[in-house]
Amino acid sequence: MTTAVAEAQDAHDEHHGPEKGIRRWLFTTNHKDIGTLYLIFSLIMFFIGGAMALVIRSELMQPGLQFVHPEFFNSMTTMHALIMVFGAVMPAFVGLANWMIPMMIGAPDMALPRMNNWSFWILPVAFGILLSTLFMDGGAPAGGWTMYPPLILQTGDAFPFLIFSVHLMGISSIMGAINIIVTILNMRAPDMWLLRMPIFVWCWLITAYLLIAVMPVLAGAVTMLLTDQFFGTSFFLAAGGGDPVMFQHIFWFFGHPEVYIMILPAFGVVSEIIPTFSRKPLFGHDSMVYAASSIAFLSFIVWAHHMFTVGMPLSGQMFFMFATMLIAVPTGVKVFNWVATMWRGAMTFETPMLFALAFVFLFTIGGFSGLMLAIAPADIQYHDTYFVVAHFHYVLVPGSIFALMAGAYYWLPKWTGYMYNESLGKLHFWLSTIFVNLTFFPMHFLGLAGMPRRIPDYSTQFADFNMVASIGALGFGFSQLIFVWVLLTAKKGAKATDRVWEAPRGLEWTVPSPAPYHTFDTPPKGRVMQEAFE
Amino acid sequence: MIRKSLLSLLGTLWAGAASAEWALNMPKGVTELSAETYDLHMMVFWWCVAIGVVVFGVMIISLVKHRKSTGVEPAKFSHSTAAEVAWTIIPVIILLVMAVPAAETMIKLEDSRNPDVSIVVTGYQWKWHYKYQDEDVAFYSSLDRGSVEARPKNSGIDPFNVENFLLEVDRPLVVPKGAKVRLLITSNDVIHSWWVPDFAIKKDAVPGIINETWFRAEQTGTFRGQCTELCGKDHGYMPIVVEVVEPDAYLAWVETQQQAGERVAASQ
Repeated sequence: MTTAVAEAQDAHDEHHGPEKGIRRWLFTTNHKDIGTLYLIFSLIMFFIGGAMALVIRSELMQPGLQFVHPEFFNSMTTMHALIMVFGAVMPAFVGLANWMIPMMIGAPDMALPRMNNWSFWILPVAFGILLSTLFMDGGAPAGGWTMYPPLILQTGDAFPFLIFSVHLMGISSIMGAINIIVTILNMRAPDMWLLRMPIFVWCWLITAYLLIAVMPVLAGAVTMLLTDQFFGTSFFLAAGGGDPVMFQHIFWFFGHPEVYIMILPAFGVVSEIIPTFSRKPLFGHDSMVYAASSIAFLSFIVWAHHMFTVGMPLSGQMFFMFATMLIAVPTGVKVFNWVATMWRGAMTFETPMLFALAFVFLFTIGGFSGLMLAIAPADIQYHDTYFVVAHFHYVLVPGSIFALMAGAYYWLPKWTGYMYNESLGKLHFWLSTIFVNLTFFPMHFLGLAGMPRRIPDYSTQFADFNMVASIGALGFGFSQLIFVWVLLTAKKGAKATDRVWEAPRGLEWTVPSPAPYHTFDTPPKGRVMQEAFE
Repeated sequence: MIRKSLLSLLGTLWAGAASAEWALNMPKGVTELSAETYDLHMMVFWWCVAIGVVVFGVMIISLVKHRKSTGVEPAKFSHSTAAEVAWTIIPVIILLVMAVPAAETMIKLEDSRNPDVSIVVTGYQWKWHYKYQDEDVAFYSSLDRGSVEARPKNSGIDPFNVENFLLEVDRPLVVPKGAKVRLLITSNDVIHSWWVPDFAIKKDAVPGIINETWFRAEQTGTFRGQCTELCGKDHGYMPIVVEVVEPDAYLAWVETQQQAGERVAASQ
C-alpha cells in the first residue's frame, strides 16, 4: 500500500517536476521553491543591511568623524533598520513558513500558490526602489525607520519612493499572511486537529493575524505622510491643525505588534528544536499556544510605551506601564517551558541546538532589559539612548536572527538531502555568540552613561565601549560569511536520512530527504501521523 | 573552554572599567526624583539578576547533568499543572512589587504645580532657545566653538584635546539651587527632546504642543545632556548645559542678563 503510493508519487513527479532555468523561479507556484526564494532574498538583504551596520560601527569606532558625513550616517541607520526589519527578518520567517508549514500539516502546497508567487516577487521590486534612493538627490531617507514627521517630510527626492516601497512591503506581507492563514485553517491533514499542530505552525498562525491587523495601519500612516507632503493635508502638521504625535500613536500601533511579528515565529522555531535535541516532548504545548496568543493580544495595547517622553496624561502612562509589564508573564511562561523541556532530557549539542540555547539565554537578557524599560520613570532615562539600542538588538539578533540560523541548520538537511558541515556550523555559532555579546552588551553601559542613539559622533567619555562594540560588530559581520560557506558546501556532506536527527517529531520528517518537489499529494493518515508524533 | 575565555574577557572589561572609572551605570543625579528613578532602576535590575540566576541556574544544571553523553534516559513528562500555575502567579506578584513604587514616582514626576521659575525651552534645528518667563531674559544656546571647530570630518583636531567635546555650549541655562524649575518645552521645526540625565527628566519638544516637566536641583554644579530625538543631520550637535548656582548668584546673573538685554535694545 505504502509502496504503491510512493510509486504513484514518483510518477506524478515526472510529469510535474520543476521547470528549467529562470522560468522555474519566476513563475513558480511551488511552496518549496518560493520558500527558497524568500530565504535567499532575505540572506542577501541581511548582508546589505549588515554592510550598513558596519558603516555605522566603523564611524562610531572612535570619536570624531572619520568616514561619513552626518547626513549619510542618518541614512545608514534608517536604511539598516528598514532593510533588516522588512527585508531580512520578516521574509526569512515567511521563507521558513513556506517551506515548512505545508509539510508540517500534511498539505500538498500553500492554499493560494499564485498569490504566493506574487507576494514574493513584489519584494525585490520594493527593495530595489528603496535601495535606489541611495543615489537620489538629497540622499536616502534619513529620518529614522520610524519615519516621524515633521522630520521625515524633510527627506529629498527619496520621500515618495520610501512611501511606495513601504506600501509594497505591506502588500507583500498581507498576501503572505492571508496565504498562511488559509493554508493552516483549510489544508491540514484530517487528523491534524488544531491543538495537535506543531508550535511553529501555531506561532505563525498568530503572527499572520497580527500582520493582517497592523500592516494596513502602517500603510494608512505613511499614506497620510504622503498627502501631507504633496496634497496639502495637515494630518501631522501642527501649523495646519494636525498633530505630529498622532503619527507616533498610529505608527506604534503597528510597530509594537510588528516586534512580535519578528519574534513569535522565532519562538516557534526554538520550540521545535529544543525537544528534538532534548529527546523529550515539548513541555506545555498548549500553554505555549495560550502564551503566544496572550502576547499577541497584549501587543495591541502597549504601543505608547515607545512614547513615554512625548507628553501623555498620567493615567495614560500608568496604563501603558502596567500593560507592558504584563507581557513579562506569558513571555516568562515560554522561557520556563523551554527550560522544563530540557530538564531531565538527554541533550546533544548540534549547531541548531546551540543556536536555540543561545537564543533562550540571550533573548531572556533582552527580556530583562525590556522589563526595565517598561518601568515608566526609568524609561524616561533609558528612552532614545543606547540602552534601548542594546535591548532591541538583543531580542532581534541573538533573538530572531539566531532562531533563523537555528531553523536553517535544523531543516537544511531536509531541504538539500545532505548533512551540512558540523564543524563549520559550530565555528559559525561560537564566533557569532561571542561577537554578538561583544557588540551589544557594552551598549547597555553606553546608554546608562548617557549616550543618545542615532548620533554620528560622541563625547570622548563614550570612546572605550564604542571601540569594543565596533570590534564586536566587525567580527560578527564577517563571521556570517561562514554561514554562506556552509550553504555553498552543503551538498558535500553525508547523505541525510529521512529522519535526519535522532528523535525529531512532526510530519516533515516522514518525507524523504531532500523533500521531493511535491509532498503529501494525498494527506497523511493513521500510522504515518502516529509515527510522526510519537 | 570557550565559555570560560569569554567570561574572563568580560571580567577584564569589568576590571578595566572600574579602574578607569568609566560610567557604567545611570547617574544618581542631583534631584530627589533622579535618586528615586535610580533606585527604581536598581530595584528592577536586581530583580532581573535574581530571576536570571534562578532561570539560568536551572538551565545550566540541566545542560551539565542532562546530556546524552552522560548516558541519561530522557524523561517522558510534558506538563505539570502545578509548575505552570506557580510560574504564572509568582511573576505577577513580582510585577506588583515593582509597579507600586514605579507608579508613585510617576505621579511625582508629573506634578509640575507651583514652580519657582518657569522657562520656555524651544528646540530648533540645531540649537536650543531659553526664555525665562518672568524675567525678560531670553537667549539661544548652541554648540561651543571648540567642538564646532573639531567636529567636521577629518578636521585634524583630536576630540580628546577638546574639553567637553560635543557637550559644551556657548551660553548655558542657569537655574537656582533648591528652586522648583518648570520647563515648558516646544519646538520650532521638527521634534527634539530635552534631556539632562542628572535631573532624570527627558521631554520631547514637539512643534505645536507645549510639554511640561520640572526639576529641583539640590546641588550646585554644571550638568550636561543632549538632544535625544533624531532631528536631522546635526542631531548629535545640540547639547544642553545647565548651571545650577546659589539663589543669590542666580539673581545677580538675571540682573546682568537684563542689563545686557537693555543695552542691546538701547543700541538698536
